[in-house]
Amino acid sequence: MDVRNTYDSRKAKIMLTISRIVVYAILIFLSILCLFAFWMLFVNASRSHSDLQGGFQLLPDTYLLTNLVNAWNDASINIPRGMFNSFIVAASTALLTTYFSTLTAYGIYAYNFRLKKLAFTFIMAVMVIPNQVSAVGFYQMCVKQGWTNSYLPLVLPSIAAPVVFFYMKQYMESVLPMEIVDAARVDGSGEFYTFNRIILPMMKPALAVQMIFSFVTSWNNYFMPALILDKAEMKTVPLMIAQLRSADYSKFDMGKVYMFILLAILPVIVVYMFLSKYIIKGVTAGSVKG
Amino acid sequence: MSRQNSRLSRRKSISYAKWGYLFIAPFFIIYAIFTLYPQLLTIYNSFFENYRSGLRQVGPTYVGFENYVKLFTPDKTGSIDILKYTWNTIVLWVGGAIPQITIALLLAIFFTSYRLNIRGQQFFKTVIYMPNLIMASAFSMLFFTLFSTVGPVNDLLLNAGVIPEPYDFFAEKISVRGLIMLMNFLLWFGNTTILLMAGIMGIDQTLFDAAQIDGASSVQVFFRVTLPLLMPILIYTIITAMIGGLQMFDVPQILTNGGGTPNRTSMTLIMYLNNYLKTSKNYGMAGAISVIIFIITGILSLFVYRSLTRKED
Repeated sequence: MDVRNTYDSRKAKIMLTISRIVVYAILIFLSILCLFAFWMLFVNASRSHSDLQGGFQLLPDTYLLTNLVNAWNDASINIPRGMFNSFIVAASTALLTTYFSTLTAYGIYAYNFRLKKLAFTFIMAVMVIPNQVSAVGFYQMCVKQGWTNSYLPLVLPSIAAPVVFFYMKQYMESVLPMEIVDAARVDGSGEFYTFNRIILPMMKPALAVQMIFSFVTSWNNYFMPALILDKAEMKTVPLMIAQLRSADYSKFDMGKVYMFILLAILPVIVVYMFLSKYIIKGVTAGSVKG
Repeated sequence: MSRQNSRLSRRKSISYAKWGYLFIAPFFIIYAIFTLYPQLLTIYNSFFENYRSGLRQVGPTYVGFENYVKLFTPDKTGSIDILKYTWNTIVLWVGGAIPQITIALLLAIFFTSYRLNIRGQQFFKTVIYMPNLIMASAFSMLFFTLFSTVGPVNDLLLNAGVIPEPYDFFAEKISVRGLIMLMNFLLWFGNTTILLMAGIMGIDQTLFDAAQIDGASSVQVFFRVTLPLLMPILIYTIITAMIGGLQMFDVPQILTNGGGTPNRTSMTLIMYLNNYLKTSKNYGMAGAISVIIFIITGILSLFVYRSLTRKED
């Protein structure tokens, strides 16, 4: 009996070790798959055009700064301007969407009113409808109102963001006791004051997560800006990437091309490096009711 | 929810209702202007002939369902564009989504297994989630350069002697589609992994313990305990991925420079819409395509809505 037991446990141990090795192998393979493209981007952004013609290389070279200067000062693709434009659009979107989504969520969470249930149902129902399906009317309206080549139609709609609203409402339900609101009322705090000075600070972690997500989404957004913006000085980064793709590619300094792509994704990568832990936590919190 | 309601009803003496309306007003005003009105305008447009032909403006003239009829009328070669592009979209989505969901499920199980006790989880999660945040258009441009005939992938394959001469990835249907699927997979599998992990961790741990005590193998535990309990979240994930797939645009648009090459085999529905809208300013046809996409999305979102609000009632 004893002998069989030790035999069984030894067998189980070996099986466990084998499955561990397989699992780590899969994980390492997938990690390499994810990182390979970015590593190649970094390596190739550090090589000169003539060197890039010479073939494949796995380690970075010394042309990173040269390529950066060349890309930064390129005459046809004004990448610093694009990054500035993207930053303005993404930052204003992030601020508006988090503030107003929290306000909407608080309105539904903290108050009782006749249309409350209907309002909530409506927001939930339209949550996953993509904005592409209203793009025709949206574009027509922008043309009629003279909103093309303006950031207004890219930023203002973010005030009505069902997904962010839902996240905020979920978060309130888990951290915000109504007693606090009641206490504030007893102390004579006005409703709006309570929201701005007491509720918002309590929502800080949720606000931070949603600010990051909406900033990134807006920074990466291609469809809508491509519809609204066509003036060179108004273009955001994704439009410049599209421009790069449609340009006569063979005439380009390839080192510069890689540098453009690197610059387009760098801000997000840097933010991610510092905040990945919080970002990954934020992925789940609002999406599924646990 | 119910606890909070009773708490609210206790304070009925003073009505704060107007504050509720005031606080949700900005959302609904902005939604009405920037989404609802454009949505109605889009549907309205789909019944009009309204486009630009060179410098000449045609319409708007009311044509009833003519745009829809035109959309489903075969062209000279006998193919119906919208069906072709719907098929492309489905193929491209399925090709990315199958590995995305399978591998995500596998990884979620690895990460949550006490027995395996995977170390370095934070690192692996950080790495596999990263592509999800990357600008899809830039990612696509990167793949275009990496897989071009003079790019590093061809160099690598030539050096290794796998191919005798550079392979043009962008000339063949299978390689273009394959690259789009690969990119969509890479962009999304980390996200799905994290969602499913949360789902598994939400399952009562005692159920796993009980199954183990009863002598269930890990395969049995997966099929009899984990999978059935994970179903709601899995369905939610699949449907939201479907809705995302329906919107597929950035990756194929940039990779093929808007052409859906070769021979429009990688042209998606939104690319089709974009062509009508931007290139020919054909609001009528673009409107009709939008309405069709809207109907498909509407049906799908009904399922998401139900899965999200089930516990509210």
